[in-house]
Amino acid sequence: MMRFSTLIRHPADWMTGGQTEHGAVLTSRIRFARNLRGHSFPGWAKREERAETLAVLRPAVEELSAMKDAFSRELGDLTPVQKQVLVERHLISREHAARSEGSAAVIERRQSFSIMINEEDHLRMQAIRSGLRLSEAFESLSSLDSELEAKLDYAFDPTLGYLTTCPTNLGTGLRASAMLHLPGLVLSDQIGPVLQAVAKIGLAVRGLYGEGTESLGNLYQMSNQSTLGESEETIIARLERVIAQVAGHELNARDKLMEDDPQMVADKIGRAYGVLRYAHLIDSKEALNHLSLLRLGGNLGFFSAETVTLCDTLLMDIQQAHLQLHAGIKLSPDHRDTIRAEIMRSRLQSLESPDKHTHNKEETDRFTEGDNPQNE
Amino acid sequence: MNCDYCESKATVFLTQLAEGQMKKVCLCERCAKERGVTDPTGFSLADMLLGKFEKATTGTTFRGKERSVGGAKVCPECGFTIDDLRKVRRFGCGNCYTVFSEELAPMLRGMHKGLSHIGKVPEGLMESHTRHQRLEELRKKLEQAIASESYEIAAGLRDEIQTLDEVS
Ligand SMILES: [Zn+2]
Ligand SMILES: [Zn+2]
Repeated sequence: MMRFSTLIRHPADWMTGGQTEHGAVLTSRIRFARNLRGHSFPGWAKREERAETLAVLRPAVEELSAMKDAFSRELGDLTPVQKQVLVERHLISREHAARSEGSAAVIERRQSFSIMINEEDHLRMQAIRSGLRLSEAFESLSSLDSELEAKLDYAFDPTLGYLTTCPTNLGTGLRASAMLHLPGLVLSDQIGPVLQAVAKIGLAVRGLYGEGTESLGNLYQMSNQSTLGESEETIIARLERVIAQVAGHELNARDKLMEDDPQMVADKIGRAYGVLRYAHLIDSKEALNHLSLLRLGGNLGFFSAETVTLCDTLLMDIQQAHLQLHAGIKLSPDHRDTIRAEIMRSRLQSLESPDKHTHNKEETDRFTEGDNPQNE
Repeated sequence: MNCDYCESKATVFLTQLAEGQMKKVCLCERCAKERGVTDPTGFSLADMLLGKFEKATTGTTFRGKERSVGGAKVCPECGFTIDDLRKVRRFGCGNCYTVFSEELAPMLRGMHKGLSHIGKVPEGLMESHTRHQRLEELRKKLEQAIASESYEIAAGLRDEIQTLDEVS
């Protein structure tokens, strides 16, 4: 049985995917909702019935070829901190973390797949990939789903498609989403219109962290809302097209900022570097916002390209439950800020100052004229 | 003025055209929220509220005793009732979708791009799925044939539908 610490010790495959063609897209995620015929949905099922369903589903999921030696736990056997760490890693939902007995999570070793049993639906399965790779994530999750479907009797209706607890998921039961990093659009005040345009085509947009319209770390999630009346391929193709466009706008905005106001960009990135390298107390809001700028610096050539991956890993590691797990004790907010700063300082220890890096780069650029330093 | 569902002070007032009559519904903040009245996703308010409104005017409340009032729709497989559906706007099991298909229709209005599934079908159900689609097609053609008084074509279509129907 895979231990929690083993699962969590390494960053997920999709966190270290490194540089992708679109520096603005961190991850792509596909989720299916599926239910069994003849069993009450989890929210309505009585306790014994939920246990019965779990007893049918869990072995079927664990037997999947992709789930060989996977991490598999009933929610009741995880501590609150462990559950929260899984939420922060996007491996289970917040709603699922609130459950205990009668619900389970089965997570593939590299964290590319995870399956929640008895969440709002009997099965919520997901595949995550780095970069803009929704179709690829879909294909792999769909074959996993087909493998399950051969063993299980899904609730399916010819007209309504896959039957789900909530009618908002009917049909394909598909939620496709991508996480985008859009500091260029935010710094150039273009984010509002872009997000509005995306919402207008029926896609859902929200800030990944923060409340309301505020988005910490300039991270946004975009996903489909409609699940009925269009094929998975159509839904995904539209989402991929829109996301590629938004990513394109983001890269243009970055180019333009570097063209129009390079001092401002260098100042922001330099300050972020200074704070993260030398702070001893840092709350998550400040950390997220500076990490965003550091990541931007990695994309723009202020730092080495690996800095981007480093930032993406840090993004996870500085969150509350991750800190708690790291420290091994319950932390007060102040103590959390201390440890967060400690982790930042130690991970960024060998990160060269942006001035040094850009200086070196200017030297080499002189010999390779025509190379655009902003291309990733 | 008091809420039609409980004794609290009403803050949300709605005038709905239902069954050709104007009806006024008064709701408190909580009841409005529970019924999704503040939710902008376009549920049909009349459909959502009317059943309850009738009951409210005769003095029963949403919670409690009227849950098993005679004649109310219940899913025979899981025991989910029409009141549960109105309350949580979710379903109890797969079979509920058949039982509450009437209630589902207004809920689906404006929720998705379409009203019928296109996309993946479980392998084992593929055959019956395509048969189902073919049947729908034939029935539509039949209607058209009857409308245009092409009775010969209609007779042929009817035979075809019958044969397909018998298989399933
Ligand atoms: Zn009320
Ligand atoms: Zn039912």
